[in-house]
Amino acid sequence: MNKILTKLYRIIIVVFILILGVTFERTGLIELLSDPYEYPVIIELCIQHLYMVSLSMTFATIIGITAGILLTKQRFRKYAGVCMYIIGLGQTIPSLAVLALAMSFLGIGMKPAVFALTIYSILPIARNTLAGITAVPPELIDAGKGMGMSPMRILMEVELPNAMEVILTGFRIALIINIGTAALAYVIGAGGLGDLIFTGISLMQTDKLLAGAIPVTLLALFADFLTELLGCALVSKGLRLSR
Amino acid sequence: MSTLQFIMDNFSQVMYLCWEHIWIVGIALLIATPIGVALGIVITKHEKFASKVLNGANILMTIPSLALFGLMLPILSIFNMGLGKVPAVIALVFYSQLPIIRNTYTAIKNVPPALVDAGRGLGMSRWRLLRELEIPLATPVIIAGLRTAAVMNIGVAAIATYIGAGGLGVYIQQGIARVYPEMILAGAILVSLLAILVDGGMALLERIATPEGIRVQRKLSR
Repeated sequence: MNKILTKLYRIIIVVFILILGVTFERTGLIELLSDPYEYPVIIELCIQHLYMVSLSMTFATIIGITAGILLTKQRFRKYAGVCMYIIGLGQTIPSLAVLALAMSFLGIGMKPAVFALTIYSILPIARNTLAGITAVPPELIDAGKGMGMSPMRILMEVELPNAMEVILTGFRIALIINIGTAALAYVIGAGGLGDLIFTGISLMQTDKLLAGAIPVTLLALFADFLTELLGCALVSKGLRLSR
Repeated sequence: MSTLQFIMDNFSQVMYLCWEHIWIVGIALLIATPIGVALGIVITKHEKFASKVLNGANILMTIPSLALFGLMLPILSIFNMGLGKVPAVIALVFYSQLPIIRNTYTAIKNVPPALVDAGRGLGMSRWRLLRELEIPLATPVIIAGLRTAAVMNIGVAAIATYIGAGGLGVYIQQGIARVYPEMILAGAILVSLLAILVDGGMALLERIATPEGIRVQRKLSR
């Protein structure tokens, strides 16, 4: 029974791929991609998209992790509750609204887009850093103290490695939201792959639409996969074994 | 201040767009809830599908909303429904699946086995066990999943304006196109407010749906 199901599953996948191929041919996507005047544009937009995402994610990761670590320190701990509440509220604000707000204050172009993406990506990263470090068992920190570690070393060698998995989850959420939102950045004049999608929708040109939508989807799925790999590299072996 | 003036001047239109926005999100949730809860319950009974279903929902969630609209457009335009409210509602239903299925699954998994045993000892059938024990205990967590889904959907519905679904995103879209900052601000603020209000409302619902026994227990354990 199980063998038959597996076979069926394989057949369905092959049929699906065939149908996809035929659709791409019919809609003229293949033609568009092989057009020597079109594909450099698509590649350029891809690079623009990646540039926006990587720039904003770099800023957001640095700011988010720093903010998360600071909030767990004794001096700032009393603000942690308030900050969490504000972050929660911030996350309910839709991405399009954040982009629109950035545009109405900073004008159009790449700069407001990167700014909005950064602000929007800080929230999940900061939240998960805070949650991850707070959840580190106090015995471990005590053990570190007992071994004569300085607070800095406790942070680097005990708290961060133990919280790494949760932080990476936050990073993953931020990255995926970021890639999706960067596609919207076209409406405030920042380019990116959203250019092709919006043009495709308004002209009802399916090939252009798919030339934008498929790379964005693949990019998001690939980013998801990449963070999984990053998890294998960054989460310490002991933690993975203990699960 | 001028934004407030804008909202006051166009109050009836604001109300209409608000209503449209809520309508899209509401219909999507109404369709998504039975599907999600049913799938969540099924995968608690058939454990081997659990990771597959959750992974599938996770992949759906990973697809950026604008790309999903783009991918659905050629398929739905065969039925002449490529633009408008239909693709918007379908996308929202897709996006709601992960939070609803995941929360239903974890909630029913977390029902204390002692209680299930007690129910079985009373001679409850599996169906009655589900209806009278597992679902009531899981309801607050399921509503928490609905809350996540609703807040997210309000954001996605704002983007759906670009495929002609209407809603408050119209103000953002039109405002950007006309370089009319008051209009953009009105749209952005109203959408955010709607999301925050729905979030608060669902939180309240979550508290109401908690069975009284659990509430008493929580108070005692505090």
